[in-house]
Amino acid sequence: MPVNADFQGRTYPPTEPYGVSAAKIREFAEAVGSADPVHTDVDAARARGYADVIAPPTFAVLIAQQCDAQLIADPDAGIDFSRVVHGEQKFVHHRPLTAGDSIVGTLHVDTVREAGGHAMVTTRTELATEGGEPVCTATSTIVIRGGE
Amino acid sequence: MPESTAVPRVRRAADVTVGDELPSTTIHVDRARLVQYAGASLDRNRIHWDEPFAKAVGLPDVIAHGMFTMGAAVTLVCEWAGDAGRVVEYGTRFTRPVVVPYESGADLEVSGVVKAVDPESRRVTVELTATAAGEKVLGRAVAVARLD
Repeated sequence: MPVNADFQGRTYPPTEPYGVSAAKIREFAEAVGSADPVHTDVDAARARGYADVIAPPTFAVLIAQQCDAQLIADPDAGIDFSRVVHGEQKFVHHRPLTAGDSIVGTLHVDTVREAGGHAMVTTRTELATEGGEPVCTATSTIVIRGGE
Repeated sequence: MPESTAVPRVRRAADVTVGDELPSTTIHVDRARLVQYAGASLDRNRIHWDEPFAKAVGLPDVIAHGMFTMGAAVTLVCEWAGDAGRVVEYGTRFTRPVVVPYESGADLEVSGVVKAVDPESRRVTVELTATAAGEKVLGRAVAVARLD
C-alpha cells in the first residue's frame, strides 16, 4: 500500500505529557558518550544557570519519536515500518530540555512525497511545556523504501 | 569562597574564527554500545543489535542507530563550546549506515570546522564530518552553538 498523500498538512492533538527525569538524561548522556557534567551533576548545571540537569542535544528524539508513532502506527497512513529508514533529523532548541520538565508534543506532517520509487515523509514535532512554553522543534524525514 | 572546578568556561565567540578546526576524536562503537543506546533511547529496532535479523533484511551486518551516530558526533561541539546546553541547533542527513561487526566493532571518526561566526548573536556554525571505514556517514551535519 502506498503512503497516503492526504496526510500532508495533518496536525495531531498534543500528546500526553512526558516527564523528563534526571535518571533518563544520565542514561542517554552515557549512551551517546557525553561527559559534560551538566547532564549528571545538578550543582554543575545550576552553576551555569540551569534549573536542573539538562539533556544532550539529541535527547529530544526520544519524545519526538513517540509523537511520530501516532502517524507511523496509523493504518490509514500506509507506512510499512519494516521499510522505514531515517533520512534526516534536525533540532532547534528554544531552551535545553531540563529534568523536571513536563513536555507535550504536537506532531505536524509537513510533507509526503514520492521520489525514485520511495516515499519520503517529513514530520515536525513542536515540543513545549504543559504551560505552553516552546522548548524544541524536532524535524524528521523518514524514507519508506519502495516495494520490490 | 571556593570556586566550583567542575564548571568549564564557555568559549567566547570573539575568540573563534571561520576555518577554526575543532579537536577531532575517534569513538569506538561496539555491540554493547548499541544495546546501551537502544535502552536509553527506547529505539529497540532489531537491526541495531540482532545480527541474523539485520542480515535477513538485507543489511551487511548490525548497523548503528543513525541517532546514536548523530548524538555521539555532537559531543565534539558540546565539549568545544564548554556547555552542551549551548548547542541551539543541530541537523544532519543519514547518508550511510555505520556497520558494527561483532568482533571488531567500528571506529567513528569525528571532526569539525567553523563555517560562520555571528559576532552580534555570538552564534557559531560548525560543520561536522563523521566517517566510518573511510566513508562519510553523516551528510550536512551542522550544529549551531551560542557562545559567550
